[in-house]
Amino acid sequence: MARNPQLNKNGELIHLLSTEGLSRDILTQILDTAANFVSVSNREVKKVPLLRGKSVFNLFFENSTRTRTTFDIAATRLSADVYTLDIARSSTAKGESLLDTIANLSAMAADIFVVRHSESGAPYLISQHVAPHVHVVNAGDGRHAHPTQGLLDMYTIRHYKKDFTQLSVAIVGDVLHSRVARSDIHALSTLGCPDVRVVGPRTLVPGDLSQMGVRVCHTLEEGIKDCDVVITLRLQNERMSGALLPSSQEYFKSFGLTTERLRWAKPDAIVMHPGPINRGVEIDSAVVDGPQSVILPQVTFGIAVRMAVMGIVASHDA
Amino acid sequence: MKILIQNGRVMDPATGRDEMADVAIAAGRIIAIGNVAADFHPNRTIDATGCVVAPGLVDLAVRLREPGQEHAGMLESEMAAAVTGGVTSLVCPPDTEPVLDEPGLVDMLKFRAEKLHQSRVFPLGALTRGLQGEVLTEMAELTESGCIGFGQAEVPIVNHQVLQRALQYAATFGFTVWLRPQDFWLGKGVAASGPLATRMGLAGVPVMAETIALHTLFELLRAVHGKGSEARVHLCRISSAAGLALVRQAKAEGLPVSCDVSVHNLHLTDVDIGYYDSRLRLQPPVRQQRDRDALRAGLADGTIDALVSDHNPVDSDAKTLPFAEAEPGATAVELLLGLACKWAQQDGLGLIQALAVLTTGPQAVLGSSLGTLAHSVGRLAVGGQADLCVFDPNANWRVEPAGLRSQGKHTPFEGHEMPVRVRATLVGGQVAHEAARAAAVHALA
Repeated sequence: MARNPQLNKNGELIHLLSTEGLSRDILTQILDTAANFVSVSNREVKKVPLLRGKSVFNLFFENSTRTRTTFDIAATRLSADVYTLDIARSSTAKGESLLDTIANLSAMAADIFVVRHSESGAPYLISQHVAPHVHVVNAGDGRHAHPTQGLLDMYTIRHYKKDFTQLSVAIVGDVLHSRVARSDIHALSTLGCPDVRVVGPRTLVPGDLSQMGVRVCHTLEEGIKDCDVVITLRLQNERMSGALLPSSQEYFKSFGLTTERLRWAKPDAIVMHPGPINRGVEIDSAVVDGPQSVILPQVTFGIAVRMAVMGIVASHDA
Repeated sequence: MKILIQNGRVMDPATGRDEMADVAIAAGRIIAIGNVAADFHPNRTIDATGCVVAPGLVDLAVRLREPGQEHAGMLESEMAAAVTGGVTSLVCPPDTEPVLDEPGLVDMLKFRAEKLHQSRVFPLGALTRGLQGEVLTEMAELTESGCIGFGQAEVPIVNHQVLQRALQYAATFGFTVWLRPQDFWLGKGVAASGPLATRMGLAGVPVMAETIALHTLFELLRAVHGKGSEARVHLCRISSAAGLALVRQAKAEGLPVSCDVSVHNLHLTDVDIGYYDSRLRLQPPVRQQRDRDALRAGLADGTIDALVSDHNPVDSDAKTLPFAEAEPGATAVELLLGLACKWAQQDGLGLIQALAVLTTGPQAVLGSSLGTLAHSVGRLAVGGQADLCVFDPNANWRVEPAGLRSQGKHTPFEGHEMPVRVRATLVGGQVAHEAARAAAVHALA
């Protein structure tokens, strides 16, 4: 198999496509760099000149507001020029091919592409076809990976729990279709987390997920029992009816995280969610707004993590 | 035209012949193998020193992409590719544009192909009109136009009643039905279900997509068969160990079924997808090592009757896409013999066995649908049509897209070493292909 396309021949990060295949050193370097950037957001002048004169293109082949905005903010705080293209509604709708779009934008002297696409692996294809100086950051591809979300989850866990090697982490919800879950699982195992569980009904958490090195649980109690971290996933609207789940109400009855059920976890367990939240579907409002929720700090850390990622990839040559 | 192929090692799985002998050809037919008459005066000789002289290869799955998909492949390019690969007879599926569901379209394809004087083309007609799985085609008429069987290409029949009736109707006339066993709903994924697809976030095609389709088909066949009718079914491109086990049982039970496997499933596994390599976007998907090992064993023990290239040229625009969006298919017909020999070498089998799965095996699948060609295709018969493949069994070469004759340049075997090279291909006694080693071929005054 070919060399990991995320790394140059010196093993340095040139694209961020997945948390899989990145060493503990690289993950830790990103988290440490992010820690330095967290303070930037608290300054009166929220900018550092790291990417001054560089152009960051947000290429969202799939709609997103939240992730795109956090990348915007992160790039702006690094003093980059940011251009956002809502491709879902423009060129590809007119029949332009993915690679033609990329070639066109490369000709506009881009330095970083932040890419979201509905198909797994699309950022790999793009990274193979961009000019050598262009860096690709995956902002979510199909059900494959959402590495910056995975990294900000790791940042959050490390912030509150310090050490990964003693932790039990539960990921609850639609793991089958979740790129966040995959990115979390790979990062957690690389960082030494010994107990990762995935929790949900068999339609959304099939048994063969155990092939990813996680424990598969089909009841919430077993899944979050004595956990240190509970990550609830967003349940996509399109999954809430049909053959995967009969209804959102029934899902909440069995797998919705309530204050009462959260008591199965450790008393100091933290609750995370990648957003946007469906209150009353995967998680009860009382938990979202409760003392164990770290959902808003996740968002804050997310900007620092994305600054760190863009800063690091831009500092390495292909 | 009289041709003498000299000094070659003649190998024919049909008779088990393996000996040094000259082959004399006149008026398109083989007139002698060894003991060539002293008064035979050839117009030309082909020096086959160091080469094997074998029956022309028979490939049961070659897409020519005509009519309608000329951007991906043309008759000229794909027929040239076939003879370059030593293939003298090929079966093409009906999923062209328009679909081969009318006699006129089949007539036109046969006519265009014959004009090129290359491989013999045996089209499969559509089993249902437009491959839509609803209305049967005029199978008797299509047979008269030259169809050797009927199939659905990659489009499963969802309605079991239609499938039952199609089998019944075809059995009435003794037509063979060619189906790739795959459940419509379970088969919607893009890679084999398993650890790799799960990890990469690719929608999986579970093994049950194949086994459920096989169970259904065998159950329907049991009802049609044995009431004085012969409802023959050829199962295209088995992909799993479990599917193969079901075929083995069905054969043991006496159901009239045959099956083939593609070079891709014989040599590759899902791990080869690597970082979303769209050249591995194939139908059926390549599965795990266990499946590959079972398929290799099944081909060796005869459960699988034939090895096919599953040649399907795809243009670059359709391949340079995210994995799931890329069009399935790979160029393969030029690699068929090399990959068969590689399989035989790797599994400790003889060259004759590699040839058998490309000659006698597929010939038996075609059976009586070959008509008067039944005694010539896939074998070396004195008095029969001179369809031959002359190849150097010790000629390593590396697969490079630019070196392929096919219009399709995408193959997961790019960069792989092939152990043999075809030097000359004869169809009906005419030289349809000669490799660059020009010195080997002498035109006599």
